[in-house]
Amino acid sequence: MNCTEFLANLTDYFDAKTAATLRSELERHMGGCNHCHVTVNTTRQTIEIYRNDELYELPDAIRTQLHQAVLAKCAESKRKKKQTKA
Amino acid sequence: MATLTQEEKEANALHPDLALVEKVKAGDLSAFEQLMRQYDRQIFRIALHITQNREDAEDIVQDTFFKAFQKINQFQGNSKFYTWLVRIAVNESLMRLRKRRSQKTVSMDDEIQTEEGSIPRDFADWMPNPEQNYNQAELADLLRKTIQGLPPGFRAVFALRDIDGLSTEETAQALGLSVPAVKSRLLRARLQLRERLSRYFRVATGEHAR
Repeated sequence: MNCTEFLANLTDYFDAKTAATLRSELERHMGGCNHCHVTVNTTRQTIEIYRNDELYELPDAIRTQLHQAVLAKCAESKRKKKQTKA
Repeated sequence: MATLTQEEKEANALHPDLALVEKVKAGDLSAFEQLMRQYDRQIFRIALHITQNREDAEDIVQDTFFKAFQKINQFQGNSKFYTWLVRIAVNESLMRLRKRRSQKTVSMDDEIQTEEGSIPRDFADWMPNPEQNYNQAELADLLRKTIQGLPPGFRAVFALRDIDGLSTEETAQALGLSVPAVKSRLLRARLQLRERLSRYFRVATGEHAR
């Protein structure tokens, strides 16, 4: 297995979707290739860092405002639908 | 308490929101409010990841839920309610981007022709727990700037699959893409982010790619 073939299987490897034989081939390649070993480790860290960092919080006050605005629009649309039917 | 049959248990696992959706279809606004409380944060996060604009993301949350309410009868239960909702949010987000760059079309295929980041170039190892070298605000800023550099189509795939935790199949459904397309974009998004973060997180004496 070369590095290009290794990369082509990287997504499935991360998602643990590779068959056992392919997985051990990938791990054998990684064991002998420092570049691919580093690529896997740092890509895994990239995913974890993004996953653990709550970049975007929606403050409760804004949530409440948004809910009220949406519910008001929904109630209005419901009322209009009823009117059209009647 | 009534015991669920195996079939009902499986249906609940696949469609955890079906009971609430049925109530909304019957006109129950409090059931809809419950769905909103359940998913508004995720929808906001996805919208913000794609648009990179807080005001737009807040508007998208409103528009997404209102559209979902209006179209609730079109939801047939072929996917999870949340996946259906995400699809609306992604479309709304791309529409916002389109409006913002009025002259330019923005779609899931936007700017993805580039080969940048498809092949790793930086092979330096990272410091242990590199994120701990930054305070919370610095790290948030760095991560935000880094993800902003990705094309919207890549950002959406990465946000849904890796941050929001949708499966590859659900991500494909939500974005209207094939599974192989999601896998390919995910790989490139991950590699591009890794490459960019490497500038900040690599060990000082790290090896440079030639």
